[in-house]
Amino acid sequence: MRKGQHRFVAGFLFVPVALYLIFVIWPYIQTFGYSLTDWKGQSQTFKFVGLDNYKALFDDDVFMQAIWHNILFLIFIPAITILLALFFAFMLNAGGRSRAGGVSGVAGSSFYKIVYFFPQVLSLAIVAVLFNAVYRSDGGGLLNGVLIKLGLVDAQNPMEWLNEPKLVLWMLMIAVVWHGVGFYLVLFSAAMQSIPKDIYEAALIDGAGRNQSFFRITLPLLWESVQTAWVYLGIVAMDMFVLVSSMTQNMGAYGGGPDHKSDVMSTVMMRNFQYFGKSGYACAMGVVMLLLTLVLSVVMLRATRRDRVEF
Amino acid sequence: MSAPIKETADAPVRRPVAKTPARPGDERSEGVVLNVFSHGFLALWALLIILPLLWLVLSSFKTDGQIGGSAFGWPQNWSLDVFGRAWDKGIGDYFLNTVIVLVFSVPLTMLFGSMAAYVLARYEFWGNRFLYYFFVAGAMFPVFLALVPLFFMVKRLDMLNTYQGLILVYVAYSMPFTVFFMHAFFRTLPTAVFEAAILDGASHSRTFFQVMLPMAKPGLVSVGIFNTLGQWNQFILPTVLMQPQSGDDPERYVLTQGLIQLQQQQGYASDLPVLFAGVTIAMIPMLVVYLSFQRQVQAGLTSATLK
Repeated sequence: MRKGQHRFVAGFLFVPVALYLIFVIWPYIQTFGYSLTDWKGQSQTFKFVGLDNYKALFDDDVFMQAIWHNILFLIFIPAITILLALFFAFMLNAGGRSRAGGVSGVAGSSFYKIVYFFPQVLSLAIVAVLFNAVYRSDGGGLLNGVLIKLGLVDAQNPMEWLNEPKLVLWMLMIAVVWHGVGFYLVLFSAAMQSIPKDIYEAALIDGAGRNQSFFRITLPLLWESVQTAWVYLGIVAMDMFVLVSSMTQNMGAYGGGPDHKSDVMSTVMMRNFQYFGKSGYACAMGVVMLLLTLVLSVVMLRATRRDRVEF
Repeated sequence: MSAPIKETADAPVRRPVAKTPARPGDERSEGVVLNVFSHGFLALWALLIILPLLWLVLSSFKTDGQIGGSAFGWPQNWSLDVFGRAWDKGIGDYFLNTVIVLVFSVPLTMLFGSMAAYVLARYEFWGNRFLYYFFVAGAMFPVFLALVPLFFMVKRLDMLNTYQGLILVYVAYSMPFTVFFMHAFFRTLPTAVFEAAILDGASHSRTFFQVMLPMAKPGLVSVGIFNTLGQWNQFILPTVLMQPQSGDDPERYVLTQGLIQLQQQQGYASDLPVLFAGVTIAMIPMLVVYLSFQRQVQAGLTSATLK
């Protein structure tokens, strides 16, 4: 019996562990080693160069700018998405008031929930193609078209949304937020539905308005889901590869234009790896991405820590 | 015990609010303004989702000149030719490639993920904790960290631009989350059922496949949806691993990668209706599946994320 059990455990673990080791763990570990070499990726010959790659990173204006863009994304993408999702979730679950004074969603909330969630099942590649068409720099783009109709943009001289250094990051953010809000709305809705109705009703009797019941009841009880959402959106903000590489101008390869004003760490890394053939240098960038991710998750979890509310 | 409490808690709620609201006038006007505002905003967001997508689909029926001219021209060319053209330009192949990969990668992910999770959740052995954290740790690291060595690893195994290479990589990278989620799920299953099965003479693997796995179905559905969507929409891994390696190596782009490729080509060839038709073709199955199973999809993704 015991012997059979060991064989069974080993048998069940063998394939999953082997796959995971070969394709995930070993490459993760190798990255640290390669980041200390001048490997070009073509042959197996490379020299150990110590921390030279990391030193070069600090002088690489493109990469430094890219880190800054990622940080901007990290601040704004989660903040905007979560605020919108919270607002919608509250409206759809507790915004309505039935005649009897009970708490329910506004009319049509199930329809809204279906529509809002749809972008989430579309891939970011589809979102990229869609928003490229929306942001077209002539009158044929949806955004320019609408603004020309409203007289806000000159028809002879439409906006080049993705070519304006000051605008391009915001245009990318709009696409991500458009894609994500529905999902977090549903996430928050699920959490809101587990809050007992009597709490709201008790607050109602005490004369609490909609704002008060949101800030005093809903938000504190939802804090854990908000935290989860923040972490997930942080991962999205650290990546951004699909949108930047396919929506912005190609400077050599993998987007980032105009003049690197929309480059993020992932696009700079891929360009160095596949276009310039600097494998070792790209590995050093990967390590920096990891460090930043770890620092940010620790900071984030510390900053948002609160006592857990039981209900 | 709980019934009478509920009754007394319910009863007073309706009466005071309905008959004597705390401050009737105030309450009502605040409600009206908020209602107009919030309904307006909700409807606006719904339009912001539906209209661009509808506009994109309609654009596939326009001519190239029309697309460049004005955003609001109504399509005149209601022929389905453009979809055939998009299919021939590669969408068909990209679609097929994605399906081939997912037909293997999703079931294998679920199988291997559940096997590892089950053993880690229900058997005590030396190194159990370590292996569990070993699996779960992978979820914390960005894929970009591994990208360069992964490329050379797959190259050394001679699996660049092959289905089996991408399948194995998908399975491996879906492992952390699948193990993490299914581990939590297997822990909640009652031990009594397991013991009964063993006493009845079922072997360990038989108990897993015929008793425990069927009982874990709700969890499997959630992770299954999560993994299917994730792998269907994956972009960076195929971009690195699925590129023709020599002149006569065939293109095995997956759908997401192919769409971006098509976008770049159509930019030069200026046949944008084909691109929009391609996106429409890629969107329709997702829309159909989502509308038919939207409850499961929403619930599955939400529970998978919240774990």
